[in-house]
Amino acid sequence: MKNLVPSITVAALVLAVAPAAAQTPTYTPPRTPDGQPDLQGFWTNATYTPLERPASVTKEFYTPDEAEAAIKQAIAREAAQTEPGTTADVHYDFSQFGLDRSQSKFGRSLRTSLIVDPPDGRLPPTTAEGKRRLAQREEAQKRLGGRWDSAQANQLDDRCMIMAGAGPPMMDAAYNSNYHIVQAPGYVMILTEMIHDVRIIPLDGRPQPASSLRQWMGVSRGRWEGNTLVVETTNFNGKNPFRGSTENLRVTERFTRVAEDGIRYTFTVEDATMWTRPWTGELPLMQTQGPIFEHACHEGNYGLYNTLVGARLEEQQAAGGAAKKGSN
Amino acid sequence: MPNRFVAMGKLAAVTAGLLLAATLSAGQAPAYRAPRAPDGKPNLNGIWQAMNTAHWDIEPHSAAASAVRELGASGAVPAGLGVVEGGVIPYRPEALAKRNENRANRLTLDPEIKCYLPGVPRATYMPFPFQIIQSQSHIMLVHEYAGAVRTIYMTDQTEAPADSWMGWSNGRWEGETLVVDTKGFNDLSWFDRAGNFHTDALHVVERFTARSPETLTYEATIEDPKVFTRPWKMSMPLYRRVEPNAQLTEFRCVEFVEDLLYGHLRKKQ
Repeated sequence: MKNLVPSITVAALVLAVAPAAAQTPTYTPPRTPDGQPDLQGFWTNATYTPLERPASVTKEFYTPDEAEAAIKQAIAREAAQTEPGTTADVHYDFSQFGLDRSQSKFGRSLRTSLIVDPPDGRLPPTTAEGKRRLAQREEAQKRLGGRWDSAQANQLDDRCMIMAGAGPPMMDAAYNSNYHIVQAPGYVMILTEMIHDVRIIPLDGRPQPASSLRQWMGVSRGRWEGNTLVVETTNFNGKNPFRGSTENLRVTERFTRVAEDGIRYTFTVEDATMWTRPWTGELPLMQTQGPIFEHACHEGNYGLYNTLVGARLEEQQAAGGAAKKGSN
Repeated sequence: MPNRFVAMGKLAAVTAGLLLAATLSAGQAPAYRAPRAPDGKPNLNGIWQAMNTAHWDIEPHSAAASAVRELGASGAVPAGLGVVEGGVIPYRPEALAKRNENRANRLTLDPEIKCYLPGVPRATYMPFPFQIIQSQSHIMLVHEYAGAVRTIYMTDQTEAPADSWMGWSNGRWEGETLVVDTKGFNDLSWFDRAGNFHTDALHVVERFTARSPETLTYEATIEDPKVFTRPWKMSMPLYRRVEPNAQLTEFRCVEFVEDLLYGHLRKKQ
């Protein structure tokens, strides 16, 4: 495994101390022909930093050695998922098909959690209404029965509906966490590799649509504050909860190019229905190599079809076996 | 004519004649010059949509009843004058038979019914808007239907790395026209709801030309020797969505077809 871990680059170190770098700006991003700060290109937000600070960790930043050790542990944990003997029916090793994030570029940070506020690196307390909503969702899931009882009982990403990390906020997708940013006058477009999700963010200050228009990824409006792209998103349909968020979620994202090969990405999550206070996270976008390929998830979703077929077949066989037993 | 030559002055007449000849040879109406993008290229940025019935059938066709009885008039097929040059697609005989079979079995075979990616050129004239995001190196065509997206590589061009639904597009500017050359298709998408189809040998060359501030001329030359006896062409205007708040909204149709595709595999209660 050791040889899979790339060495920390200078750029990665710059990103690791990005907050400090932002205070003493030494990097000026290039401009697009229409004068926007240029965020264009191919980026990845793959990371091993957990959203919430592990219970055993009490500080905000690791030392470089500790950070390296934490990454190695995380890589080992991922690989263990497919270690022969640990999981039934392992068909392929985790290091195949790019599932192992450490084989590609990933963002390195000394941070012990993506959450930077609250200062303890943990999600703020859930409101009473939030607890009621969470219980309600659990009930609704139970009513759908077992995972293989129907397509609808599966997770959204198994159904190629939307990836958990599609956002906003845009989170590490576990694999293929790749993005392509293209800018045109008045717009920033972000193509997400997973399920070819596209965000088109208008910059003309137009208002949000009526609250009766709801979308999986909400509706985004952007503006430039100096060299920082600020994107506000509301009008979520609440069907892809981010750590429990509801349809009342508001996400404010900030994209700042802090180096030729790095964008600092921060996001603030406000949802008074779920949490007692807003919270903020930060993760680096690292420049990566294009192009991005077509991820026709739904069109090639043999997994969902075949597992449902398999489950029905097993039931038939079990019923046949029971019938035989009964006749004996 | 000699009188006019005298009146206009010989040089001017010759110049005008040359210009006229050039314009005619390009087969175009008097050229409209599009506003420029910040990089000096014609600015095609905007939200565009076809306004015809090509998504039902790219060939000329009569109005027809809905294939789904319950939808009544709301699901019926509106007639269309067609967008295919010459009116008829030059199918090989066996391919025409397959097209007719596709048409007869549309409810089970049309990829649109399953919310599959629309392919090219079908994406362009689906009854949904699409947005052009134009930069110097990449031009994105983002479609509302199924969130289908095409990246047109203007600089870092390569061969298609693998077959795909939306193909692999390399683009170039020819004066006022964006020319997009797309290959690397799979054989799964159709051209319309009438069963018109292609194979993985499909090669599409599209031309996007601004014809006024609010309209584009869209032309697509279709080549697929496995299915057609010769290359053929379709063309249509595309219209700008001029609403001040125009934007693409989500049409994430996977959710809408889940029961259709997997409902029969639901556990019996």
